[in-house]
Order: sequence, then C-alpha cells, then structure tokens
Amino acid sequence: MRTLRRWIERPEGRALFALLFILAIGCVFNAHDAFFRWGTHRDMLRQVSVYGILACGMTLVIVTGGIDLSVGSVLGLCAVVFAQLSLHRGQPAVLAVPAVLAVGAAAGLASGAAVARFRIQPFIATLAMMVFARGLAKWLSGGEKVSRALQQPDGSFAYLDLPGAFERLDAKVWGGNVAVVTLVFLGCVALSWVVLTRLRYGRYLYATGGNEEAARLSGVPVRRAKLLAYGLSGVFSAVAGICQAAQEQQGDPEAGVSYELTAIAIAVIGGNSLAGGRGGVGLTLLGAMTIGYLEKILSINAVAESSRLMLTGAIILAAVLLQRRRVA
Amino acid sequence: MPDKLLQLSNIGKRFGANRVLDSVSFDLFAGEVHVLAGENGAGKTTLIRILAGIYPEHEGTLELGGRIIRFRNPIEASRHGISVIHQELSLVDSMSVADNICLGREAARAGGLWLDRRAQLERVGALCARLDLRFSLEDLDRRAEQFPLSVKNRIEIAKALAGDARVIVMDEPTSALNHAEVERLFALIENLKGRGCGIIYITHKMEEIYRVADRITVLRDGRRVGTAAAAECPPPTLIRWMIGRDLAEQFAPPAGMPAAGPRAPRFVASHFTVPRPGPGRPPAVEDLSIAVGAGEIVGFAGLQGAGCSELFNGLFGAYGAVCGGRVEIDGEPVLPESPGASIRRGLAFLTGDRKGTGLVLGMSVERNVSLASLARMSPWGVLAPGLERSLAEHYVGALGIRLDSVGQETGALSGGNQQKVALAKWLATRPRVLLLEEPTRGVDVGAKHEIYRLLRSLAAEGLAILLISTELPELLGLCDRIVALHRGRVTGVFDRSAATPERVLAAAMGADSPEGN
Repeated sequence: MRTLRRWIERPEGRALFALLFILAIGCVFNAHDAFFRWGTHRDMLRQVSVYGILACGMTLVIVTGGIDLSVGSVLGLCAVVFAQLSLHRGQPAVLAVPAVLAVGAAAGLASGAAVARFRIQPFIATLAMMVFARGLAKWLSGGEKVSRALQQPDGSFAYLDLPGAFERLDAKVWGGNVAVVTLVFLGCVALSWVVLTRLRYGRYLYATGGNEEAARLSGVPVRRAKLLAYGLSGVFSAVAGICQAAQEQQGDPEAGVSYELTAIAIAVIGGNSLAGGRGGVGLTLLGAMTIGYLEKILSINAVAESSRLMLTGAIILAAVLLQRRRVA
Repeated sequence: MPDKLLQLSNIGKRFGANRVLDSVSFDLFAGEVHVLAGENGAGKTTLIRILAGIYPEHEGTLELGGRIIRFRNPIEASRHGISVIHQELSLVDSMSVADNICLGREAARAGGLWLDRRAQLERVGALCARLDLRFSLEDLDRRAEQFPLSVKNRIEIAKALAGDARVIVMDEPTSALNHAEVERLFALIENLKGRGCGIIYITHKMEEIYRVADRITVLRDGRRVGTAAAAECPPPTLIRWMIGRDLAEQFAPPAGMPAAGPRAPRFVASHFTVPRPGPGRPPAVEDLSIAVGAGEIVGFAGLQGAGCSELFNGLFGAYGAVCGGRVEIDGEPVLPESPGASIRRGLAFLTGDRKGTGLVLGMSVERNVSLASLARMSPWGVLAPGLERSLAEHYVGALGIRLDSVGQETGALSGGNQQKVALAKWLATRPRVLLLEEPTRGVDVGAKHEIYRLLRSLAAEGLAILLISTELPELLGLCDRIVALHRGRVTGVFDRSAATPERVLAAAMGADSPEGN
C-alpha cells in the first residue's frame, strides 16, 4: 500500500495509473470483444504514432518552459516536400529523407532563434511559424495534394508508381503485428530520452526551464539550449510529416491541421508541466497511449464524435488538476 | 501647534516566532517631514506596511485625526488619506500615464460602467498643475513604459496623491533619481508641506536626511531607539542610535585569525565602471579600483542603491561586455563578457537572491551542485551520473548539508541548506575568486556560523573572496578590509584594525563624501 502511494506521488506513477484506468475501462466496455484482440492495440499504436512523434519534440520545448504551435504546419510542409521529392522527382529516400529533415530543422531553428535571440514569446514566435509554414506548404504544392495522380498537358491523369519508401513506412512488420510508424515513434521517444537524460544539453534544457536566470548565471548557454529544443522539435515534425505522407500516399498541404493541440494534450496528460523545468519523454509516451486508448475505446464502442470530444476535453482538464495537487 | 495627523502607539508585529516590531510609537504632524531611519531589517518596512493596511493583524493602536482606526486592507488605508510611494514602482507599464494615475479611482459615468476619459484627463491635468509635475496633456496620454525611471517616479507620486492624501509615505524615493530630479522632488515635498500634508520619509542617505527632515525617528531591531528634532540629532548621534553601543563588542575579530600580511594580488579591478541601462542614467558603479590578495576577504558595505550588487554582476559578466575598466586574475587580464567565460577563468558568483537567480529549486540537489561544472561532468557532452553523484556527495559532506539524499528536490530544503547547495555549486567550479552577495541571507544562526567558518577556511586555501553584506557585524567579523560604497563610488576603505561600525556606516551613508554637505 505504501509502495503504491509512493508511486502515485511520482508523475510517472500518476501517468501510469491514468493509463491503467483507461485500460480497465476498455476491458469493461469491450464491444464485440474487440479490446482483447491484438489488432486493436496494433491499430491504436499506429494511429497515435504521428501525434506521438510530434509530442516528443513538444516535450523538449515544454521542458525549456516554451511551447511549439508550429509542429502541425511543419508536418504539412514536410509531407509536401517529401512527396514532391520522392514521388514527383523520383529522388531516392536516402536523399529525400535528409532533405526533409533539414527543412524541418530549419523551421524549428527559425522559431528557436525568434525565441532565444529576439526574445519573442514562444507562443507568438511559433504561431507565426505555424501560419508561415502552412502558407509555404500551399505555395510549394500550388494548393493541390501532391499525389500519385499527375495531370498531363492534355488533361488526363497519369499514375506514378509509389516509391518503395512509402510502402516500407506504411508497412507492418513482425508478422504484421507492429506498424513501422510505431517503431519510428518509439525511436523518437528513445532519441528524446537520450537527449533529456543522458546529454549535457538535456540538462541545460531542464535548467533553462526551471530557472532561466539562475541557469544563465551558472554558465548555461541558455540561448543555444532553446535553439536545440525548437530545432529538434522541427526535426521531429519532419519525421512525422514523412510518416504522414507515407500513410496517406500523398503530400497534403492541409495535413496536420490542429495536430499541435493533440501533441500538447499528449504531453500534458502524461504529466508534463507547461511551466517547464520538469517532466520527461517517458511521461509523453504514457500520455500518447492514454489518449490513443481513449480514442480507440470510444470508437470501438461507437460513441459519437461529439461526445468523444467533450470527454477528451474533460480528461485533459482532469489531468492538469491532478498535476496541480502534486505541487500543492 | 500644528495638527497631529497620525499617532501610532505601541505597534508590535511578529511573523511566527520572529518578532520584527516591538511596541513602537510614532507620530506625524501636518506640514512636517518625519524621517524614519534604521539599518536594513530594523523594522521600517513592516511599520509602513501596517500603516498602509497591508498587515491588518498587529498589536497596538493607530490613530488618524484623533480617531482610533484599524485598516483591514490597503484600500481602506488609502480611503483614509494614507498614501505610500513604493520603492519598487507599481505602475502598469502598458497603460497611459493618466490611466495609471487614476487606477482604482477612474472617472466613470452610468453607474461606473462607462469610463469618462475626458473628465479623467482634465482631473489629472489639474492634479499635475497643482503639484507642479509638468506633464503635458499629450504626455498624460502616452504609455508609462515610454518614460524613463525618473519620470515614472513622478507618475508614481502623482498616483499616490490623486486621492486627497494627507499622510504620505516615501520609501527611498530618490534611489533611481539624478541630482536635478532629486532637487525637483524636494521642491515637491516643500509644496506638499505647505498644503498641510505630513510626510514620512525613509532613506539611507545622510545628506538627504538633513536636507528634508524636521524630525527623525530611529528604529533598531524592531524597537524605537529615539525621536528627535533634526537639529538636535547630529550625524554621530544618529549613527550611534542606528548601530547601538552594546553591539560594538560583538564585532571583535575572532581569535586565531592571521594578520593580513602582504600577499600577491589575485584579483585586481582598476577604474571599473558599470553602466546603468537606459540613456542619461548615472553609472551604477563608477571608477572603482580594488586589489584582493590570495587568502584575503574584502567586504563591500553599501546601503540600498549603493551599487554593490551591480558591481558583482558587472565583474562576473552578467550584464555582458558593457563595463569599463580593467580586470585581472593572477596577473592575466580578463574582460567580463559572460557568466560562462567568467566561470572558466575561475570566477564564481553567489547571488543574493537564492530563489530568483541562485538555484533551480525544482531540480535535485545533485543537479544544482553540478550545474556550473557540467562541462567537467560530461565528457564528449554525455553526462556521467557517477561523476555527478560523487561530486554532489563530496560537497554535501564537506559543507554539512543536511538532506535525505542528493536526489532530493532542492526547494524542499531549509534556507540554510539551500544556501549551502548554492555555495557548493560554486565551489565545485574550483574557483580562484569568489564573489559572494549576502551569503547568509535568510539563514539561521547555526548555519550562519558554519558558513563563516567555511569562508575562512576557503580563504586560508588561497581563494580571493569579495563579499557584500548588509549586516555590519558580518563584514566586521569576517573581512580583512572593508570598502564602503555610496552611490556607486568608493567613500572609504578600512583595514580590519581601523574599521568600526560607526566609520563604515558613516562612509556608506555618504557622510564623508565630497558631495554630502
């Protein structure tokens, strides 16, 4: 009992508790026994992966006390660029993927520079990037989806072959039991975990978010730490964009609208504090699964979307209230 | 005999077990300036806060215009004509000057819903004309943030006087003003006196006291030492009142301290100047030269606004490369440019504000201790948790920090232990020069003495230590030399043998400075 209480006092314990609670609900409201089939869980993990990848970058930024509203738009931009490079121009993945990651990094570094160098509030700086990147995506794509159907001068459509990278990313491995995007998501979690807990710069992120002035006076390169956080968030957005393009088999300039809000919700439900200085990507992983299962349970029980949204909103609020009790 | 505006009788206040005011009586007549003096922590601010209704719970009585009254909140106090001009400006930067002045007393119509801007501007214009504050109507409509500090100070005064205040409290009103602005403030005070207001004036500056005071009351350790007409209370008396004779014995240097012999200078600053941000402000520190030998502890005595804190921030590079003059460590010239660079050159800076600038309270003790030496703790940028832990445990042992584990959150420790964690962070950088700002602030007596012992042994190991303290006994007990600062300039340097509390305090108050007349 005591061990249990100690667990609940830790943020990880709370996030795990929330996840188990959702799982228990899933076992009770188990329409057509769907919850006991692995396929349900595999699909949940697949569906939450793109959001989860964005949430990894979001976590790095939140730890510094900031926020990144541009992740959804940068995802859309990167999906378009990836589709153009590999689908239309036929570039191999070894070239297309690094190029798209560079685009994401550039977008993130631009937000980071606005925040770190010009002291613009993160909310505003990344809001600007959110609008700008969406515009850039539409400009590059001419407002059209970048898809296999390529209109010919005579008006007819020619269908391009789907590059191997698309198929491989959208595939399932290990006997069809795990989606590749889920592995990519887990890879992003692992990378963020290494950065936050094993690298000096990870410690700089926490110190910056915990007390920026004390960190600066202790010789912490506060600006570079922020640049790193936003830059990595951009890179993760690019990864998510590539996955999204592979899943949709096209680069949609409208892809990722409002995804930033889901990414924030995942981080917050996991127990990361928007005040900065605490939290971690483990919490984000738990948050992603909580949100994923919530959606999945509501959908297998055919709950109407209206109720689904209201419930999700209530749960986000409850998660934040729970966090506050820990502080008090 | 003029009207008695205010009579405080036997005011007492305690915070928990800590008594900060003990049976203090104080009165104020119409048309007089009554200076409230005392060292930091004497209880001046607490007394003012009781008067302003910020602390409704207190002992004793408050009589206003002959009626006993007890304020439940600041609004009641202000309705009764008590107005406080705060040290820290309390303006809303993003609002216009007129809106700031009328904040809380907006001219309104339609049952308070409709803001009557025109009436408000007229009212403020009339107020400013009456007080000779020289704001044009256009100025009144501009946002407060567009004005320099000195003008903001005038806005603050206008705001305080927008109601019909008769009792006006000015808490260090000149700390951010230049000479001409101070003169204008004094003219305003004369104007207010002529209108029958009573002014309670708090200051640390000797020349100001004798310039404005009609009467002087001195507080010490929460008690009133005395009240006298300014003419009957010359500076030596005032200083004796502030320090207290009986304290002199406590300043005796601790036994076993080696006499300060000639030592190689470890840290030298020459003609060091720290500018203040914003154009037209006098520098925070001007033309300061000091050499500190290895093993020497040099203290800086200065009252509020003297520039001690700015000096250390400037030397450490916290303001960036904006300071003038030369700095050398062990004969090697260094340019203060950034905290990171200063740390690499062997400088460490314990700031006076643990919570705000010293520690990351949400992080563990271990991580705070290693924060300024992370480069050493992480070869190739990869953290080595073993190194970090043993570093933290070493300093926890060496400084006697009491905690459950080094993984504990720093904010959960007591003030004294937090301070030791902050000190541990800086010692872990293996500094050659220590800059310490209020190293024992908010620390209990036991921990204080441990910190003193520690500083002495650090000096004995060859560190050069520069120390700011507002506690004279601390400076006199610890330091080999004491430098008095007043308005950013050195007004006295005292060897241990020559330093007496009276002389140091007089120099810090500018009594010996050429400008103090």
